[in-house]
Amino acid sequence: MFRNQYDSDVTVWSPQGRLHQVEYAMEAVKLGSATIGLKNKEYAVLIALKRAVSELSAYQKKIIPIDDHIGISISGLTADARMLSRFMRTECLNHRYAHDAPMPVGRLIALVGNKMQICTQRYDKRPLGVGLLVAGYDDQGPHIYQTCPSANYFDCRAMAIGARSQSARTYLEKHLTTFIDCDLQELVAHGLRALRDTLPNEVDLNNKNVSIAIVGPKTPLRICEEEELSRFLALVEGEERRGGASATGDAGAAPPRDEGDDRDPQVAVAMDTE
Amino acid sequence: MAFMGDIMNPAPLWQNGPSPGAFYNFPGNSSSLASNHTPQDFKAHSASPITTTTTVIGVKFDKGCVIAGDTLGSYGSLARFRDCPRVMKVNDLILLGSGGDYADFQYLKDIITQKIIDEKCIGDGLQLKPRSLHCWLTRVLYNKRSKMDPLWNSYVVAGIQDGEPFLGAVDKLGTAYEDAAIANGLGAYMATPLLRDALEKGPLDQEAALALVRKCMKVLYYRDARAFQRYQIGVVTAEGVTVHDTEELQPDWSLAHMIHMK
Repeated sequence: MFRNQYDSDVTVWSPQGRLHQVEYAMEAVKLGSATIGLKNKEYAVLIALKRAVSELSAYQKKIIPIDDHIGISISGLTADARMLSRFMRTECLNHRYAHDAPMPVGRLIALVGNKMQICTQRYDKRPLGVGLLVAGYDDQGPHIYQTCPSANYFDCRAMAIGARSQSARTYLEKHLTTFIDCDLQELVAHGLRALRDTLPNEVDLNNKNVSIAIVGPKTPLRICEEEELSRFLALVEGEERRGGASATGDAGAAPPRDEGDDRDPQVAVAMDTE
Repeated sequence: MAFMGDIMNPAPLWQNGPSPGAFYNFPGNSSSLASNHTPQDFKAHSASPITTTTTVIGVKFDKGCVIAGDTLGSYGSLARFRDCPRVMKVNDLILLGSGGDYADFQYLKDIITQKIIDEKCIGDGLQLKPRSLHCWLTRVLYNKRSKMDPLWNSYVVAGIQDGEPFLGAVDKLGTAYEDAAIANGLGAYMATPLLRDALEKGPLDQEAALALVRKCMKVLYYRDARAFQRYQIGVVTAEGVTVHDTEELQPDWSLAHMIHMK
């Protein structure tokens, strides 16, 4: 039933000084498909890989608009993400109502962090099983924040979370210094290349499975539609695929999959993750 | 079947105790008072103001704003308190002036001061902007008036909003507007015409704005029986907020004998 003796409750410590339930929740983030956030001097961009539950269904939304200046992209339990996004939307609206100004991104993240922390410390709650990448623009410029189920949050220059996102992080780390000075087109192209590194060989990015959101000065949050999306995808089309997810890459350690399924190994849980 | 109780409206299983997963609110504390108001709960604390201050005026100039208000706290028509400063530096961007009930101003001043301290404690380097404070005052004052317990003040918010001068007014009902010249109370009748005349002649610089405000304070002192000769002036520009030491105007009553009441 339990993987070990010390994970029966979030409030139980293991002798090694770990909270196993919190660490399990961190694993839920890795069940969702990959998503990437990065920024230059002006713009913050979110790029997400969408999944379809079946051939018959539509691709599930990965990017949720919060306010004119903030958007989030989710990885993990969709239901938890919806709860958090509702909270964030409410906070942004209240801030606008009381102060006639957009919510500073850092302050919103601090509120989210505090909300997520409570359920890592109470026996009658569970940690949220979702990680967020938050892209926002305020007086201090563009922001990319990452939040975790452990209630940590990080101010990032670029970040990738979700399934097989290590390859994307490797790409982002390698090109980190170039982001700040490149223009929006190059920035999105970098993001798409990073996202493509998370894909298995037989899959490629297309305008059905990719979602892009952009926010910047005098640019309210925009989730790119068909035409603009295709234009962005054309930026990296035909480029040689990099080694990120090849047979010799990190996928090699995973057990061989039974069919030509382009999705990651799925854990049998009665929950939707995106 | 009376022993079964009312099936349609069963009595709650559990009362007055901690509900699972929530903090327990002891009866009578502030958070449990926040809900379940009945009409009898409303008390009109300030059905009329007690210690009052009179006009506060504000005017925009090319690079900032000036606010002025005298330091008299009147007790009805009695000139009761002579040192009631009511021009307040909020932060490096905002200057606030108040007219009306002095106790209500002190109450809200403490709340605003705490709000600024809280914001500094966050430490993200962001500062409240004048438009935000103006909006916030509107919400607070309108909320209080809706509880039939208004804060009996009218406020003038001056500041620098994204590099531009900002000047706005809020009254005790939460009615708010922005203008280049604001004066409340009797000053609305006697100072605003002077301020608007000056503004119509073209944009003011800081010197001209200060001279104009001093002239207005003098006129008000002559004609408003609740005004006082000592007053404060505050200036806000992109360089910051300064509230000057109390100034004393030098009235000249030598013409007074020529005024005859009919």
